[in-house]
Amino acid sequence: MYEVLKSGQFMKKITKDWRHDIYDVFKELNITLISHIPDAGHTPLIDLCEQDNEIDVITLTTEEEGVGLSSGAWAGGKKSALLMQSSGVGNCINALALPNICRIPFLAIVSMRGEWGEFIPWQVPMGQGTPKVLEAMDVKVFRVDYEEEVGSTVYAAAKFAFNTRRSSTVLLSQKLIGAKQFKNG
Amino acid sequence: MIDRRAFVQKLLSERQDNLRVVSGLGTSTWDLMSAGDDKRNFGFIGAMGQAVPFALGLSIAKPDLKIAIITGDGDMLMSLGIMSTIANHPSSNLTLIVMDNESYVETGSQPTATAGKTNLELIAKGSGIENSYTIKNQIDNSKVLKTIYEEEGPSAVIVKCKAVPTPLIFPYSFDGVTAINRFMETTKD
Repeated sequence: MYEVLKSGQFMKKITKDWRHDIYDVFKELNITLISHIPDAGHTPLIDLCEQDNEIDVITLTTEEEGVGLSSGAWAGGKKSALLMQSSGVGNCINALALPNICRIPFLAIVSMRGEWGEFIPWQVPMGQGTPKVLEAMDVKVFRVDYEEEVGSTVYAAAKFAFNTRRSSTVLLSQKLIGAKQFKNG
Repeated sequence: MIDRRAFVQKLLSERQDNLRVVSGLGTSTWDLMSAGDDKRNFGFIGAMGQAVPFALGLSIAKPDLKIAIITGDGDMLMSLGIMSTIANHPSSNLTLIVMDNESYVETGSQPTATAGKTNLELIAKGSGIENSYTIKNQIDNSKVLKTIYEEEGPSAVIVKCKAVPTPLIFPYSFDGVTAINRFMETTKD
């Protein structure tokens, strides 16, 4: 028996915010533990998860905790995802050795900064480095630029992680999220 | 000051079946393995700073098991924030045991911060892990057993121990996949 990848079902539903599409994937795949360092791009998704009694939401002090936390949860039979901003990816690099060497499924959803229309120069180095360091640590990188593709891409990335016991990330591009604008004063 | 290896061996000598033990890289893993090969143990050999987050994740996924994480002061100092995460998302089945020898013994016994002004019990308490205490005598082993099996966690125990090199006792396999698959045989319902 085999299952046909049905990520097409998670194509954008017109009436919803695209964060709902990610939440729907969590529900479909029984991902019941979400850890995060909050980012504005993730806030609606974090809110959705917090309102769900079946999902445990943990605020971390640094993103790398989420790598060990996810790995330990999986060792106990629980599926999870880490939500973070691209700057947080830099904090995770050595920690990613754990899911890599043990072939533990690891899924992260990353909101990008430092690219499309960025205002703050300090965001650029890690934003530009994010896909490179992930690939250097053998993490499969999926990227989304258009809201129609959010659900199907997160679904595909999660399947990749949990079916093949590997690490995968979805980079939610700044073009998708919208570049944050700042006003002085 | 406590002989860490004898302490860990004694702690596991009359082990109950519902206990799973995770250890941090280096001496803590060799200590754990010196108590005898056991599928119910998972020892880190790398990924410094990740053993305690791993134990927290495991404790959340397996609320009916008792989870003890044994690690060193070096590993603990690398991820102090996890104490806050544990305190604010408390797992009643989790006991954090830090074998604090105040030095990086494996690399030539350079002093850690706890050899100076840093106090891990105060950090644990300040992070919000209320049931935190320090022991300095071998006889306090029974107190730690009570914490693991009977007290409402999360708890943190700082074990002040001697900074002397001990023989390396290797785990069943250095291969992570072999090790985690074997451990997971003991976490299935």
